[in-house]
Amino acid sequence: MIVEFSLNGQAVREDVAPDMRAVDLLRERLGLSGTKEGCGSGECGACTILVDGHSRLSCLMLAAQLEGRNVITIEGLGTEKAPHTLQEAFTTHGAVQCGYCTPGMILSAADLLAAKPAPTRDDIRKGIAGNICRCTGYVNIVEAIYQASRSLRGEKP
Amino acid sequence: MTEVYMPQTPEALWEMMDARPDAVLYAGGTDVLVHRRAGLIQPRCLICLERMQGWDAIQEEPEGVWIGALATHSRIAEHEGISKRIPVLVQAVSSIGSVQIRHMGTLGGNICTASPAGDSLPALTVLEAEVELARRGSVRRVPVEQFINGPGKTDRKAGEALSRIWVPWPKGPAISRYCKVGRRQAMACAVVSLAAMVSLTQDNRISEARLAWGSVGPRVVRDGRLEGALAGKPYNSRSFQAVFPLVEEAISPIDDIRASAAYRIAASKNLLLHVCGQGP
Repeated sequence: MIVEFSLNGQAVREDVAPDMRAVDLLRERLGLSGTKEGCGSGECGACTILVDGHSRLSCLMLAAQLEGRNVITIEGLGTEKAPHTLQEAFTTHGAVQCGYCTPGMILSAADLLAAKPAPTRDDIRKGIAGNICRCTGYVNIVEAIYQASRSLRGEKP
Repeated sequence: MTEVYMPQTPEALWEMMDARPDAVLYAGGTDVLVHRRAGLIQPRCLICLERMQGWDAIQEEPEGVWIGALATHSRIAEHEGISKRIPVLVQAVSSIGSVQIRHMGTLGGNICTASPAGDSLPALTVLEAEVELARRGSVRRVPVEQFINGPGKTDRKAGEALSRIWVPWPKGPAISRYCKVGRRQAMACAVVSLAAMVSLTQDNRISEARLAWGSVGPRVVRDGRLEGALAGKPYNSRSFQAVFPLVEEAISPIDDIRASAAYRIAASKNLLLHVCGQGP
């Protein structure tokens, strides 16, 4: 079946198997390997993407469900040359260790900051509760998101 | 390969359900697609309901609110009227999964999955909510408590789809709370949960107590004898402790991977004190 949607600001048209998962379309077909698959059952958050601005799990969506949607993956949030404030904050605060959870973590943070531009550290912990990191212990991740929220509001670090 | 359909209108849905009686319906996919990946179900045909026009609407009425079966947990939690008047439901759906799961999962889906640990179910039980089941040319209404027959089993008949949920506005109970005990804070199935709506008289007695436990039986547990024993009693922790033997009689917990039955019995009683005993 044909599925058409906006991916990181660009129109995409693909012929997919009806039961292909969204994560497989993004990674295997479109080569956007920034979106990770961890558990494949909705528990780890590594496959988080933004669909019409809201964080969703691409392992629990069929590609067909992207029809007509506006999809943002980690590749669309910022680039190496012009990273998003959150991406920059994760590097400066040492919030990345193995990196596997990072794309999902950052997209969950983006969803949180869109709804709540001035979150407390507790709000941040609740916002990323669906993203599991097995290396860093979350402290630097929470700090990076907190400082990114301050930067985005124009406050000095 | 599984066939997938995404109807947008009831007419298209009934046609697909007629043509494919073996089809499995899903909304958010947070249960059905997990079960499919785990090999627990092998549907030849999936009908995804997310594009059904208007089935996610939340409609406030003078006597209650119609919540579309496709309304997601996050939309329900953010809804102004529901937040103000039905805290027990907001607390229940806010405790489901994670932000992403709450953006995807729907109230109708949580009901139809009929898990003994389903977080919305104890809340909908004390609210005496009803589900509306639609089929071609007719609808029927069933109390949520009667709709669920056991783990994964509902009274939904072939050709029917859950279209919306009726929740009568509670009449200003002093306590309207949901609390669950899980293995961890987020992304955890309830080991025991309790939804409570308790009304008090002006001289601080319990006029009505509605209590529903989750995860301590094949279905949500609500017990008339226990609620009756609380009516008229002074509102204090001793009154709730006095019904502990009735709590133990009403529930039928099992040992499983998450907790032992003995732990669930203790936690069911303690939750009652925790949820109801901490003041209005």
